[in-house]
Amino acid sequence: MQRIISVQVENKFGVLSRVSGLFSGRGFNIESLSVGTTTDPSISQMTIVTEGDERIIEQIVKQLNKLIDVIKVVDLTENEFVEREMALIKVHARSEDRAEALRITDIFRGRIIDSSPTSYTIEISGEVRKIEAMINLLRPLGIKEIVRTGRIAIAREEAKMLVQRERKVAEG
Amino acid sequence: MKLSGSQILLESLKKEGVDTIFGLPGGVVLGIFDTLYHEKSIKVILTRHEQGAIHMAEGYAKATGRPGVALVTSGPGATNTVTGLTNAYMDSTPIVVITGQVPSQMIGNDAFQEADIVGISRPCTKYNFLVKDVKDLAQIIKEAFYIATTGRPGPVLIDLPKDVTFAKTEFKYPDKVSIRSYNPTVQGNKWQIKQAALAITKAKKPVLYVGGGVVLANAHKEIRELAELTQIPVTMTLMGLGAFPGMHDLSMGMLGMHGLACANWAVHDCDLLVAIGARFDDRVTGKVADFAPQCEVIHIDIDPTSIRKNFKVDIPIVGDVKFVLKDLNEALRDSFSQNGDLKELRKPWFAQIEKWKKERPLLYHQESSVIKPQFVIEKLYELTHGEAIVTTDVGQHQMWAAQFYKFKNSRTFLNSGGLGTMGYGFPAALGAQAAFPEKLVINISGDGSIQMNIQELATAVVENFPVKVAILNNRYLGMVRQWQQLFYENRYSSSYLDRTPDFVKLAEAYGAVGLRATKPDEVEDVIQEALRVKKPVVMDFVVDPNENVYPMVPAGGSNYAMVFEDPKPVHDDKPARMADPDSILTA
Repeated sequence: MQRIISVQVENKFGVLSRVSGLFSGRGFNIESLSVGTTTDPSISQMTIVTEGDERIIEQIVKQLNKLIDVIKVVDLTENEFVEREMALIKVHARSEDRAEALRITDIFRGRIIDSSPTSYTIEISGEVRKIEAMINLLRPLGIKEIVRTGRIAIAREEAKMLVQRERKVAEG
Repeated sequence: MKLSGSQILLESLKKEGVDTIFGLPGGVVLGIFDTLYHEKSIKVILTRHEQGAIHMAEGYAKATGRPGVALVTSGPGATNTVTGLTNAYMDSTPIVVITGQVPSQMIGNDAFQEADIVGISRPCTKYNFLVKDVKDLAQIIKEAFYIATTGRPGPVLIDLPKDVTFAKTEFKYPDKVSIRSYNPTVQGNKWQIKQAALAITKAKKPVLYVGGGVVLANAHKEIRELAELTQIPVTMTLMGLGAFPGMHDLSMGMLGMHGLACANWAVHDCDLLVAIGARFDDRVTGKVADFAPQCEVIHIDIDPTSIRKNFKVDIPIVGDVKFVLKDLNEALRDSFSQNGDLKELRKPWFAQIEKWKKERPLLYHQESSVIKPQFVIEKLYELTHGEAIVTTDVGQHQMWAAQFYKFKNSRTFLNSGGLGTMGYGFPAALGAQAAFPEKLVINISGDGSIQMNIQELATAVVENFPVKVAILNNRYLGMVRQWQQLFYENRYSSSYLDRTPDFVKLAEAYGAVGLRATKPDEVEDVIQEALRVKKPVVMDFVVDPNENVYPMVPAGGSNYAMVFEDPKPVHDDKPARMADPDSILTA
């Protein structure tokens, strides 16, 4: 089953390699990994998408926690969360196709961020399914290049509060 | 006053109580060695190879419980530490390794003797640092020792560029360290401990399965109290030997691939398995599905990743074994006052174990003409009264030492358990001897293993370490030969060590003492003579080349199906002992 794991780490050199090395060294696969800083510049936030049964995910979470530079690990898939991915798509757009390309971009609430006589570059963000759907529609026009960020995700605030409340009840 | 990076390193090591450094100089660390030149309170032991230095630091750490320290140069000096680092990582040994690095501005330029040791050692250290600014140095050293020795201990590497060793700054050593992302759990969960106590009180056929974590946590007193209080028989892993006295009534000896029959059978039949500081290694469990199949499992370990990694656990307790056992013993003392005498309840269990012990004891047959290797170990045990610190390399001799030397005390059996590093034992013995100059240190080795770090004989002689090396010389890579005999139909491919050197002459060439025994009645004399001499001694015991280690669980097989003696040659299509093809276990 696919899991989205959110990891807070120290913003230091070598940390990314420790995290990715943990996956490669143990034969766990990373489907996507995205990193950026947080409101605290000394902390980076990673979103890791991976796959595995319960035992493997338990090991991944434990092993991540074991890394000295890891501050916090949350398996987002255990609760409600929202996720987004961004893609830049360069598509063939000659005169006869330009209107179609614009229409598709419009339907998916994308934006044209670069235009040439023969192509458009479209920016799109949303859930993975949405991006996949848009790519499928654009494919007949001829896609020149795609760059995707990988998924980022965050827990829903309501869910977060619920978990905290439950924990308080459990702890008496 | 401002100090240079080299001076800061030295002062920081002194603050950490370091009295010995094992190492070898080279271009970029000359400044550090120059600073050490006049230093009286830290002894530098010059080794002949960097691998030797790391294993010595490991031996020092395993024997004392204090972190071992090694100092080497950049490039090849640093890469030569990789086996030692991996070995220390697998055995959770606290060591701090300082490697030199080319000057900061040359890093990444493929400079002479440059290696990305921080990158290379990332998967084989608990943590590593590249010092970029001399102002960070004291803090980094403090953190390195803290990380190496707390939680599940392990090796930490500090890479120190040459310019940092010369740059100057004010020196102030931090009093304490706190790393926001690193807070190992020490105390066990009280509720879980209560559950464990309850399970122990109810069990009719319990077994304590004790691993190296008990040695690391210095919890030998607590484990003895637990065993005696609850009357539970104890079996130990290779790394756990010495944590519980081998001659104790409750001891069943080692379990696993070359473990004792009673231990393996007891684990298979038990209704409660209490795993303490042990990690269900594949050399211990054999075929996992058949290991302790019908029992409740309590697992106590400081490393949460060890729990449920490859084995089901009913009651997991994360914490320092010493602290958890203290709480558990306390909880049990309460239950015991309510439950009366459990000795009576356990009577049938002990009767069964006694029966197994009698049925399948450790056996070998010493004839009059050829020395049996087990006989040498038994004599060593007898003549040292079990009081020596014993190190081993890896192979048949290691297993015979584990089986026939009955370790009384914790931290007296040092060997490469996790990685299985041939060449570990002799330098580890020197490290232990450096820590305890007055104690008797014996390295039991094989003719294959000893040749992997034999150059350290020079170190032993120069330092005048009275280490005794007992080589069980069978002119084979013995364990390889045993596997080839049992699983590859006697095809001894590349396991015969033709041209084994004359170890007596070799010892003499280095300035050590060489002794040899070729007949059983010479063994005792050789050992007596070695113990008398206050110098490094190499004892060459020419032993039966065909002797095998038994009992044995074939790889992938179940622990209850042990093999006890050499099989008659099997020529049919299906050799009786081929490893299970479905097994994921490696050779």
